[in-house]
Amino acid sequence: MIWTALLVASAACYAIKLAGLSLPQRFLAGPRVQRIIPLLPVALLAALVATQTFATGRHLVLDVRAAALVVAGVAVLLRAPFLVVVIAGAATAALLRLVL
Amino acid sequence: MFTGASQFAFIGVVGAGGSAWAGAATAALLGTRNALYGLRLSSLLDLRSWRLPVSAHFVIDETTAMTIARDKPADSRIAYWATAIALFSLWNLGTLIGALATQALPDPKALGLDAAPPAAFLALLAPRLRAREPLAVAVAAALIALVALPFVPTGVPLLIVAAAVLLYGIRPR
Repeated sequence: MIWTALLVASAACYAIKLAGLSLPQRFLAGPRVQRIIPLLPVALLAALVATQTFATGRHLVLDVRAAALVVAGVAVLLRAPFLVVVIAGAATAALLRLVL
Repeated sequence: MFTGASQFAFIGVVGAGGSAWAGAATAALLGTRNALYGLRLSSLLDLRSWRLPVSAHFVIDETTAMTIARDKPADSRIAYWATAIALFSLWNLGTLIGALATQALPDPKALGLDAAPPAAFLALLAPRLRAREPLAVAVAAALIALVALPFVPTGVPLLIVAAAVLLYGIRPR
């Protein structure tokens, strides 16, 4: 089932791109569409950060991942490249697990 | 699927124990911004006949940014295809290496690999927070997701957040 869902999601992602390139401008030019679409990735990415940091399954937890997120946040503020941010987060969690 | 945030989100939801369909819905919702990118690109690229379906696959953050930054349409096209070819090949090569390498890892948590996805999502999110409204939306979305999390199946908090954005966006102002 996971492969079916992946194929459906892939088809949807491709169809969205194709629609953007081929639909007449007026379909996507409405003020509400223009407001909502840029906010969707902001909201979903923020929700993903929160749930992947402060939860295991359906339980809220506070563990080394919170510290890892803080370090990753500092890396972002220092304008570190994407890969450095990711490695900084992972390395923080790994080091804290080793020490604690 | 060639759109990084959606790929990360799908695997994030499934990896956390959520249903594959919740992952698929989140991936598709994250991909909606590519429609707006397509709108910007349609006047800059040559999209006759077979070029339209082929070009569509590479409409992502990076190719759009590189393409709309040029002054002449000819330069835009070169920028689009150079970025598309470089990113598509290196991204998928990196994915393949990652898939093969993790087979050899005994304990991903000891390497902190469970802390890598939130860091990656944060890095993808940060450039979109340069105004007050997106920042407020991000904070609200994180809170809504955490409040909903204990009460609904894994992955569903993301769909609740998406619904909240829709309600917020269509309200009269």
